[in-house]
Amino acid sequence: MINFAIPTSVDEAVGLLARANGSGRVLAGGTDLLVQLRAGRVSPGIIVDIKRIPDLKAVRHEAGGLRVGAAVSGAELAEHAEVQKHWPGVLEAARLIGSTQVQGRASLGGNLCNASPAADSVPALIAAGVTCTIAGPDGRREVAVEDVVTGPGKTSLAAGEFVVDFLLPARGARTSDAYQRFIPRTEMDIAVVGAAVCLALDANGTVSAARVALGAVAPTVRLVPAAGAALVGTKLEDAALARLAAAASAACDPINDKRGTIEFRTRVAGVLARRVAVLAYDRARSKA
Amino acid sequence: MSKHHITATVNGEAVEFLCETQATLLDVLRDELGLTGAKEGCGSGDCGACSVMLNGRLVCSCLVLGCEVDGHSIDTIEGVAEGAVLHPLQQVFLEEAALQCGICTPGIIVAAKALLEKNTDPSEEEIRYWLAGNLCRCTGYDKIIRAVQKAATVMREA
Amino acid sequence: MGNEENQYKVIGTRPIRPDGVDKVTGRAAFGADFSLPGTIVGRVLRSPHAHARIKSIDAKLALALPGVRAMVTGADFPELPDEITAGGEAPVNFRDVSHNVMARAKALYEGHAVAAVAATTAAIAEQALALIKVEYEVLPHVIDVRDAAADGAPVLHETMFTSGVEPAPKKPSNVAGRTEMGLGNVEEGFAAADVTVEREYTTQAVHQGYIEPHACVASVTTDGQATVWSTSQGQFMVREFCSRLLGMDRAAIRVVPSEIGGGFGGKTTVYLEPLAIALAKKSGKPVKMVMTRDEVFRATGPTSGASMKVKLGAKRDGTLTAGDMTLYYQAGAFAGGPAMLGCMTGFAPYALTNARAVGYDVVSNRPKAAAYRAPGAPMAAFAVESAMDELAQKLGMDPIELRLKNAAKKGTRAIYGVKFPEIGFVETLEAAKKHPHYSAPLGPNQARGVASGFWFNIGGQSSAAVHVNEDGTAEVVTGNPDIGGSRASMAMMAAEVLGIEYSKVKPTVGDTGQIGYSFLTGGSRVTFATGKAVCEAAQATVNELRARAAKLWECPIEDVEWKDGAAHPVGGQTDTRTVLSLAELAESAAKTGGPISGAVGINAAGAGAGFGTQICDVEIDPETGKVTVLRYTVVQDVGRAIHPAYVEGQLQGGAVQGIGWALNEEYVYDGNGRLDNPGFLDYRMPVASDLPMIDTVMIEVPNPGHPFGVRGVGETPIVPPLAAVANAVSRAAKVRLADLPISPPRLLAALDGK
Repeated sequence: MINFAIPTSVDEAVGLLARANGSGRVLAGGTDLLVQLRAGRVSPGIIVDIKRIPDLKAVRHEAGGLRVGAAVSGAELAEHAEVQKHWPGVLEAARLIGSTQVQGRASLGGNLCNASPAADSVPALIAAGVTCTIAGPDGRREVAVEDVVTGPGKTSLAAGEFVVDFLLPARGARTSDAYQRFIPRTEMDIAVVGAAVCLALDANGTVSAARVALGAVAPTVRLVPAAGAALVGTKLEDAALARLAAAASAACDPINDKRGTIEFRTRVAGVLARRVAVLAYDRARSKA
Repeated sequence: MSKHHITATVNGEAVEFLCETQATLLDVLRDELGLTGAKEGCGSGDCGACSVMLNGRLVCSCLVLGCEVDGHSIDTIEGVAEGAVLHPLQQVFLEEAALQCGICTPGIIVAAKALLEKNTDPSEEEIRYWLAGNLCRCTGYDKIIRAVQKAATVMREA
Repeated sequence: MGNEENQYKVIGTRPIRPDGVDKVTGRAAFGADFSLPGTIVGRVLRSPHAHARIKSIDAKLALALPGVRAMVTGADFPELPDEITAGGEAPVNFRDVSHNVMARAKALYEGHAVAAVAATTAAIAEQALALIKVEYEVLPHVIDVRDAAADGAPVLHETMFTSGVEPAPKKPSNVAGRTEMGLGNVEEGFAAADVTVEREYTTQAVHQGYIEPHACVASVTTDGQATVWSTSQGQFMVREFCSRLLGMDRAAIRVVPSEIGGGFGGKTTVYLEPLAIALAKKSGKPVKMVMTRDEVFRATGPTSGASMKVKLGAKRDGTLTAGDMTLYYQAGAFAGGPAMLGCMTGFAPYALTNARAVGYDVVSNRPKAAAYRAPGAPMAAFAVESAMDELAQKLGMDPIELRLKNAAKKGTRAIYGVKFPEIGFVETLEAAKKHPHYSAPLGPNQARGVASGFWFNIGGQSSAAVHVNEDGTAEVVTGNPDIGGSRASMAMMAAEVLGIEYSKVKPTVGDTGQIGYSFLTGGSRVTFATGKAVCEAAQATVNELRARAAKLWECPIEDVEWKDGAAHPVGGQTDTRTVLSLAELAESAAKTGGPISGAVGINAAGAGAGFGTQICDVEIDPETGKVTVLRYTVVQDVGRAIHPAYVEGQLQGGAVQGIGWALNEEYVYDGNGRLDNPGFLDYRMPVASDLPMIDTVMIEVPNPGHPFGVRGVGETPIVPPLAAVANAVSRAAKVRLADLPISPPRLLAALDGK
């Protein structure tokens, strides 16, 4: 017998989860949780549906950037034109989670907290320097997205904690991002490799800052500073792109599984990082 | 409390049902409400045969809990035709032979209708990506894509 | 083709299918959509081990659970003789079928049924499964076909001694049988060759991938009368299999077919129905069983993966001098994979005077193989058609020219003995050659592949009844599930013969009590064989209508002819005899002898062979190994397209299944012999965005064995695509891809190694 609750405030949700003593599961879009429930991989004491907490479904501007509720679905996020304009990489990553049907449900919060190394939105959030608000019995804390997942299926969230929202940091001119993944088909697969790149350019088109994050090539999504460093001070000349690809491949620590081999993932991580960097660069350059 | 008492709107009509927490919306539609047009092909959101609209958004009903939909509005394949009048998509699917076995057809029609309500003139590529979550093993998709294109034309000209 | 365009009023048109409205509105009832009041739920306990001895099954706790109504294990099913019974497409060993639906002493694959329970709810049934204690002795397992055939492999069946080998082996093995067939002298043929190509090829097991999981409801009365509602490719197949497996009379089992949500051969056997009947009998309640997708993958039949070797020899001008192939096909856990069909079909498109084909049927710890669209043919065709492409490259010849040079024609003797009658293979090659696709320009990293294919198509037993209704409309009853529009073609053929409008004919798929025996929907046989039965039943009805007119006109029946849906006096009207329409004759039926019907049962011979040629353009990404199919054309001799739109659909659907087979579909096993991708997420069937439109060209070389010239069309289209795709990729990559699927890691590795 699984209990079910629909709280309407963050505090109420925290209380429900805290009382569950670790047996509570948060339900946002449910696109991972329901599959796990059916397969018998989880058997929660209570499921807490957070979608009726207004803040969890809100997208709003604030001084530091755009605050996106953790339960906002990909389809909802796409309806905010400024996300497409300023954080195209984050949006394209969020839009790659599952089918059209899954887009109607799957959320950034769920994609992060499911803690899959192959989560599509996570490399883009990390590359974009996104932070998230975590609410729990001890109040709220802001953490960088890269600090949330600690291993496959594992997060740094304490019992009773859950992700409330994300802050997409405000972006100046000539800054943009991109995300691509490699899958065997054109849709409906889990990423075999994912690569996100966020670049800031100076007035001359030289990269002044770069963050590169890779998915599905290590137990957690990896921020690869060496890959970013390979681009800083360049205009993405061939040599810089080769250094980027090498750094990306060097950062890989993947596994062999049904979705890809170590060798394939390592190699394609470099290829993808290069292609994504070019895309992000073109976007940044065209964004005055 | 062993079951949840849920009130919702299905195809425009108020319904009530009891369900356990684990019961999916698909289970509820099929087993409690007798609406078997949505099919379970996989139970994991990978085939789209259970597609329905939830508050105006396309979802897989196998990935929604029945107890989540309290107060919500659901539209299924059974509500697509207006009485005896088929929706243009349904009519065109028949005319273009866009189905073989027909098991995926309800989900595809629900999904295609959601697309055409958003985008009255989608490109072939847009249709193909929109419907990527609806598996069809019989047709190779060709006639389905053509039927959606033709239905879009019919609806634009209506 | 040609001058016959306006020969028919109904045949060749594209009317709306009679079951269409139900299928676009969600009203059509498929396997899982049926329930009876008081139905309880059946669930199957499956082996978690690939190979294990079942030492004991303790169900005390499970049976004590409130809500549990019945349980069955292997002990509840009679032991059947270990013998082969002739079937339609392939012979059946019912002992193996019985052991496959419920394990006896050993579980032979992960997912093998070990017990089944019925309970008042699904949740209780699941709990009960968890309470059944099965003590297993885990045994070493073997998955790969070559490993399974090797000396020292773990043996699945101690009673399996390779058949077809002299002297008979004294040691049991996993090689169930060896089959060999040939023409001429292969050694001499190769000695006469200027050029040879020889290579090994592999394909992986693939699933039929029907979207509807297996499902049924069974109800048994206290006097032992069973009714089964199920989704299958043949209600009479379900009745026969259940009758044999449960030791019941055929007449004690009525099988009502639901709509079927795809089968492709995978629903030509039973999995759940015997268990449901047994549980219903024990519980006294109707029992409903529906598989999960996971169960479909783990426990129902994929088609065989294969390991093959092909050698071809040719003269400089392209004339083939010899062909030799050796096929190792996975049978799954029980004998009976389609290796022999591979041997028969691989070389069939070509006029080879020296040919040999050797096939091995090999068991391993995988689910028992089931039929899949042209069973056995696509793998052998992959190897042969790849070899033909390599030969064309070596000879510097156009691949269609090479095929034309050697194409089988009327009179060509196939390796399995028959001489082909009228066939349209050359016509498919000519049409492919002049299709604009074949000469369209290609860009960088793009290339074009061509391959051909053959399938026998079958006939067999079918029943059909035509009943004239009082108002001049008509009923057509047949015994074959409508898997892709066959109701429409049955109604069209009846309408054509009766001479009435299509909309006046109502086709029905009868249950086993409503129509005579009909072999299952498979082998591309329904429009041919059942269609022929419908034509004959309609003709019998016409004859009866003529007899009634003769009675009214008080003339001999020979003086009445039937045209345009009415009786006409031979030689034109006279004073007393005007024209009597079908409706008029129907209205007066009571006065002329009662209801007007025609019913026939036939064993249809003369199925026309199907040949096809396909063209595939691909682009490869040399950095990631990803293949994109850019353009695809299917050319096929369809005999006569009764409903051309549904014929096109068969060509398109078959080709796309083959594209999936070539590029991404495969079974992935872990080190313990457990399937690692039992779902649509990681068993990667093509999705809409993976594909271009699939162009079709229907060649009509009528089959003289059918009143309208029909050839089966459903299976041939899956035969060429494996090689069509592989040949395109091989040409783009400039390295031969001989192992399927051509997944990105495999192509990238091939590009590295070239």
